[in-house]
Amino acid sequence: MNDITKLDNRLSIERSDPGRRAVRFNNLLKAKEALPAGLVRKSPPKLPELSELDVVRHYTGLSKINFSIDTHFYPLGSCTMKYNPKINEEAAALEGFANLHPLAHDKTSQGTLEMLYDLEKRLCALCAMDAFTLQPAAGAHSEFTGLLIAKAYFAKRGEDQRVDIICPDSAHGTNPATASMLGFNTINIKSGPDGRVDPADLKAHLGDKTAVLMLTVPNTLGIFESRIEEIAEMAHKAGALVYMDGANFNALIGIVKPGDLGVDIMHINAHKTFSTPHGGGGPGAGGIGVRRRLEEFLPVPRVILEDGIYRTDFRCPDSIGKVKAFFGNVGVLTRAYAYLLMHSKKELAQISENAILNANYMKSRLQNIYPAHSGDYCMHECVLTPPAALAAKGLKTLDIAKRLLDYGFHAPTIYFPLIVHEAIMIEPTETESRETMDSFIEAMLKINDEGAANPQLLKDAPHTMPVKRLDEVQAARQPNLRW
Amino acid sequence: MFIANTQKDREEMLRTIGVSSIKDLLKQVPEKFIYPDFSLPETSLDEQQTARRMKTLAAANTPHLSFIGAGAYERYIPAAVKSLISRGEYLTAYTPYQAEASQGILQTIYEYQSSVCALYAMDCANASMYDGASAFGEAVRAAVRITGKKKVLCQETLNPQYLTTLKTYFSNSSDYHFITIPARDGIMDADKLAALLGPDTACVAFQTPNFFGLMEDAPKISEMAHKAGALVVAAADPASLGLFIPPGDYGADFAVGEGQSLGLPLSYGGPYLGIFACKKEYVRQMPGRIAGMTKDKDGKRGFVLTLQAREQHIRRDKAASNICSNEALCALSATIYLALLGPEGLKELARANSAAAAFTAEKLSGVKGAKLKFKGQFFNEFVLEVKGDAAELREKVLIKEHIDIGLPLKDLYPALGPGALLVCATETKTEADILRLVKALGENI
Repeated sequence: MNDITKLDNRLSIERSDPGRRAVRFNNLLKAKEALPAGLVRKSPPKLPELSELDVVRHYTGLSKINFSIDTHFYPLGSCTMKYNPKINEEAAALEGFANLHPLAHDKTSQGTLEMLYDLEKRLCALCAMDAFTLQPAAGAHSEFTGLLIAKAYFAKRGEDQRVDIICPDSAHGTNPATASMLGFNTINIKSGPDGRVDPADLKAHLGDKTAVLMLTVPNTLGIFESRIEEIAEMAHKAGALVYMDGANFNALIGIVKPGDLGVDIMHINAHKTFSTPHGGGGPGAGGIGVRRRLEEFLPVPRVILEDGIYRTDFRCPDSIGKVKAFFGNVGVLTRAYAYLLMHSKKELAQISENAILNANYMKSRLQNIYPAHSGDYCMHECVLTPPAALAAKGLKTLDIAKRLLDYGFHAPTIYFPLIVHEAIMIEPTETESRETMDSFIEAMLKINDEGAANPQLLKDAPHTMPVKRLDEVQAARQPNLRW
Repeated sequence: MFIANTQKDREEMLRTIGVSSIKDLLKQVPEKFIYPDFSLPETSLDEQQTARRMKTLAAANTPHLSFIGAGAYERYIPAAVKSLISRGEYLTAYTPYQAEASQGILQTIYEYQSSVCALYAMDCANASMYDGASAFGEAVRAAVRITGKKKVLCQETLNPQYLTTLKTYFSNSSDYHFITIPARDGIMDADKLAALLGPDTACVAFQTPNFFGLMEDAPKISEMAHKAGALVVAAADPASLGLFIPPGDYGADFAVGEGQSLGLPLSYGGPYLGIFACKKEYVRQMPGRIAGMTKDKDGKRGFVLTLQAREQHIRRDKAASNICSNEALCALSATIYLALLGPEGLKELARANSAAAAFTAEKLSGVKGAKLKFKGQFFNEFVLEVKGDAAELREKVLIKEHIDIGLPLKDLYPALGPGALLVCATETKTEADILRLVKALGENI
């Protein structure tokens, strides 16, 4: 991200030169055409007019002012920014996969259907679930699907009075947002001093109005709910279901099966645990695993194997229906499948083992300066806080994060979970090497020294990015959202 | 695989932490849950074997010459699109939470929003939704939220995938009424619409071209809806907008679309791109991420995610939507596609589609036992009525001729009869392709 002075930050439309062209379509077939005047577009859309080289240079240039896993360490807690293997891309781009129409006849879709079928089976085995759907496009979309399944389950049992979703206050924002999209009430329970659910507090909130207990395991503090079995049992006794937000499944893969913990519904994120790229914010792919008694509610179509032929099955009268058109983000799932093929049972366990090792290594080397929220060993991520000496000088987590950019590191997740004041949430993932982590640690320690000596240096950071700190207030007050 | 640590690294790191094994780090997990047996393969494939396995699976898909559309369209994807979106700098970035280190992505989102606004003639657009169907569901949700009314009028010829998705997006309450506006001659019956509109109507939600490929009289529908005080949610195929009137020109309050049409691969249904745009007065009701232009402390132009007070990570249970991950890379792909086409290319694309479909329809209506079902103006697909059962004909031609002739409609619209077939031809179809279809139908009906 050097060469700031040479940065050409024109918009594509500002490079436009009327009359320039790139792609053409010459194959105009001759047919009678008489468009009704009232339905014809009157003026052309304001789109850039560029040559192919203009377009290539513009978007190549923009790609260079961007951090990514391929270029930078990206320890964004809760997001699992692990390496995205290149073979995944090659697999998804194979013509047989990429050109398959979603309504193609089952007979001509056997390869994709077999892959989806096997992927579902492997996920069931990993999670100790009885059935999976891969229709949801993302994590939040999976939560939506999962809670919809719970809703359908209770409706069928005549328990419509179950309108409460219990989540800990450390939950991702998507949990309460999903609950309210589906008309549930969110009941927040307070985390105990160790960051875990307090069974006594949970008990006080459980009742015949509770539909679902939504837990993230390990939770957003990177801590395992040690009393999960007891907690799940309490929920089940109250007639509720237990949902596991699988955002942090990278800590458990191959070493713990969520179904064994008493989880009834869980989601996975292909773009976290299963190495598919995040693409600047998406596309991801989700998936919902359920225990047998919830299977009938899964979205349609299901993929089934009948007489040696894979088929899409719509014969599911109690299904919740669809959460998106067609099947799901199959192109993303193809990448996740390739990743799974490359891992044996033992190698899957090595993913979480190394993710946990790396996070604890970070934590142990940083916590003397950056106090950790929890004294326990962490799972795949840890939550730290700014040094008291820096806080005393008025420095915030944001200042530390911005200064990290100058050292060539993407900042960790900051100010989340909400229950930790000035949180710095670090998730190194298993694919990072010790020397990368060492240089990150050195940068963090150096920033502490810099902050003590010259707080302004941090307050003004970043210094080496294409832009300095940006005015977010102006962006929100006078929104400029388009050319 | 893909783990950097060596055994030596691991030992040294464990020593630094002060434990002797990784298992020591797992003390918080009850012993009985750790390392259960997994019924998963004992062995893994190396990269070469994986590549071979994936190739074998891909080859087991045998998409023939296909005339299926119905919401997902075969497109030619320019090489520059594929090359640019494969760049790791885009592909492996996350949501641009650290704006200064993500100016590239943020600017492309701004350019995407601008391109969508230009194409749909709308005031604002978000950074993307999952797909057309979920964008449609979210737009109707927003219309209901704004008006506080519970009656939603939907066209009969809405893509059934959209309708089923829409219903799940309204599972929060059973108070909503979804009323179908019947069709006449394949398009919305204006008299029926007039009779159904009332002061309790939240919105009229429709797509054009509709599921049968026909252009709705969108300006008229919109005028009628607004007169009755209802909002208008219009879904439009972006590829049609080089030729046909954009939603903003007839006053749509929300405009959505399936962005797969803008040069994304079919990939058996995803990842696609939910296009979402609205009038500026509704910007704070828009779900999802939005990028905005601002200045840095030196006054230099820069981009940030903005208006985040609508979103789940800030507002939690009061958020406009739960959406977090979106389809950013697909949005980037569409932005590059539009930049390559420009206004002229877009018009050519629309004309190439409309001409291919018109040519197909003309030739097919000359086939004995086949005729066009509706008379209206269509874009790139149309309903053909064949003698006998269209599903049986599809099977027969698929096996004999390796051509997928289109989507039989009898399960979705029984009233159309067993012979209704939705046939699509986009710019990817040549005269020779179409003549193969014509010949196959001529010999097999």
